[in-house]
Order: sequence, then C-alpha cells, then structure tokens
Amino acid sequence: MKSLVQFFFKLGSPNWFYKVSSYLVPVFALLSIGLMSWGLVAGLLYAPMDFKQGNSYRIIYIHVPSSFIALSCYYMMALLAAVYLIWRTKMAAIVLRSCAVIGAAMTFIALVTGAIWGKPTWGTWWVWDARVTSMLVLFFIYMGIFALSKAYEREELGSKAAAILALVGTVNIPIIYWSVDWWFALHQGATLKLTEKSAMDSAMLFPLLVMIAATYCLYVLLILLHSRAEIIRSEQRKQWVKDLVK
Amino acid sequence: MAMHPKRKQRLWMVLAIVLSATAACGLLFYALSDNLNLFYPPSEIVQGKAPVGQRIRAGGMVKAGSVIRQADGLTVEFIVTDYEADVTVRYTGILPDLFAENDGVVVAGMLDEMGVMQADEVLAKHDENYMPPEVADSLKNPMKANKAAPPAVPAKTWQGK
Repeated sequence: MKSLVQFFFKLGSPNWFYKVSSYLVPVFALLSIGLMSWGLVAGLLYAPMDFKQGNSYRIIYIHVPSSFIALSCYYMMALLAAVYLIWRTKMAAIVLRSCAVIGAAMTFIALVTGAIWGKPTWGTWWVWDARVTSMLVLFFIYMGIFALSKAYEREELGSKAAAILALVGTVNIPIIYWSVDWWFALHQGATLKLTEKSAMDSAMLFPLLVMIAATYCLYVLLILLHSRAEIIRSEQRKQWVKDLVK
Repeated sequence: MAMHPKRKQRLWMVLAIVLSATAACGLLFYALSDNLNLFYPPSEIVQGKAPVGQRIRAGGMVKAGSVIRQADGLTVEFIVTDYEADVTVRYTGILPDLFAENDGVVVAGMLDEMGVMQADEVLAKHDENYMPPEVADSLKNPMKANKAAPPAVPAKTWQGK
C-alpha cells in the first residue's frame, strides 16, 4: 500500500515521469504496431463480408476503436482535472493537455470515418441526430479545453480553467453513450455489449477486439510522447532539462 | 486517510461543478426532449402529434410487401411502420443501397392532407447486427444450411428508441 502511494507521488514528478516513460514508449510502440498490423490484416482481408453492407462495414475496424478511445480518453482527462484541481499536481495538468489533443484527434477520426461510412449505408454523409451531434460537441469541447489551457500567460491559470471546463464537459459523455437509446436517432444501437452476447459474428468480432486493443496501445503511446514533449517545454528552466538537452 | 482541509474543500468544489453541470444539462434535455428526436414514429404521426405542412422526418421499418415502384422507375411508394401504426410514403429519387423491406428507414418530407408523406429524402437505418452472408442465409433457411447448429436468430424488431 505504502509503495503504491509512493508510486503515485512519484508519478506527479515530471522528472520521474520523463525517465520512466522513456522505457514505456518502445514497449507501447511495438505493441501498437504489432496489434494494429494483425488487426488490420485480419479485419480488412480475412474477416467475412457483411450480409447487408458487403465490404463497406469494414470501416468499423477504424471507426469503433477511435470512438471508444474518444470517450475513454475523456474519462481519464476528467479524472486528471479533478486530481489537478484538488492536489495541484503539475503532471496531471500536463497529461490533461495531452488528453485534450489526442482525444480531439480520435474524435475527429471517428467523425470522418462515420461520415464515410454513412454515405454508402445511410445514404448521407451527415445527419444531425443525437449521436452524431453529441460527438461533434465532444470534438469542440476537446478543442476548447486545449485552447483554454494555452490562453493564459501563466500556465497554472490555463491549467485551472481547462480543468474546470473538462469537468463541466463530463456531462456530454453519458449523453453520447446513451443518445441512441434515449432518442430516436439514425445511428444504430450498440453492437458490443458488456453484459450480453455481441450482435456480431465471432469471425468479424475478433479482429475488432484486436483493433480496439491496438488503438488503446496507440493511445497510450501518443499520450506518453505528447506528455514528454510538454514536460520538456514546461520545465525548460529546470536544471535536469538543461542537463538533458546538453 | 485525513485530507488537508483545503484539499477537502476543493474536492467538494469539484463535485459541485460536476453535479451542477449534470443538473443543468438534465433540466435542459428534459425541456428539449421532444426536439432531440431525429424523427417521429408512425404512431405519433397518426395521432396527429407531428406538424402538418412542415418538413418533418418519420422513421420506422419498411413494411414487408408494401414497396410499389411506379412505371417511371424512380417513384416509389411504401409503408413505414412501427408495428403500431402505418404511414404511407411517396418518394421520387434514388434509394440508398440498404433500403429493403423489413429494414429500418428514416424519411424526410411533408405530410399532405391525405396523411401521405411526400418525401424528398430517404435514409436507411441499419441495425447493430453484423454477420457473414452464409450465416444470414442459414438463418433464413435453416434446412439448407449444412451447419448442424445455426446461431440464435437475431430478433427482427423495431429498435428505433
């Protein structure tokens, strides 16, 4: 227990985070490259066609993992926002900024792949239904958090404002998740379910699960890389960074 | 574990922010609830809840055997149902590839005085089931399938909401 508490304390130190993450980066790079090439080949080449959508359903192997991360990234960011507001841990603010950037990118991918998928299946690129609109709002919230974190001369002020916005924006997450159940929407209901059998044939489901794992690894990798760059930028006056650059 | 009083205060602040934002959005969505639906189900249109002479959307399943194609090859008439009520739709244009009887659809257009929806847009609403064609065939025709045990038949229900 004591070592766990110590671990979290150390995690709050940019210097320690920088050192430990340099070992984690290659691990997650290999994991995401390996899993992603496996998942893409299995999903795009070997998974069977869909009985209705034919081959166009295969965009699910990009669309669903990126949508997953777009939401789970927000959970992590909201948690970091709370940690920052309560304990003023500097590292929490740094990773929060990384979450806003990577989360925005993942949401953007989910929106674009959704539009590309929507054209052949629904018959339209875009529809203002509850799911699609709430995802667009999520994208704007991510952008807003990042913009706000950079809007002040003093970094702490920006971090504080961004953390508060991140907490307020948390309400959007359950709305996105349940939008297709609460309202009449064009977007279909959830295929992957935690409590019941998934509404997808296992030959198609397996590559999807691999792709979700791969995208999670890619997400961790991107967060680490972005946070490391942010650490160097924000700690540039510290001695250990000067030693590092030399 | 005792918390520093200052931090405890901040923790309450964090909870207050999240709860008040949730409450505000909850009230907002409660007030807007009807306007957040993309479409009306046929039963509400039949009850007169949808405005007449204004562009609205209707959504439901395309009733089996209801699709009639006109001689011009582009105009099509079909019935949208939520298994409680039916609305007849007339549309001239290209239908999406996934348009089929017994499948979900969302149509946009105006109701005429006969209660017929004069649609200018038809979107296919697909469901959350994905399976290979062979599995789908074996579900339709269990006798023909050479597999001993076909998987459970996915319920063909109207899952608009």
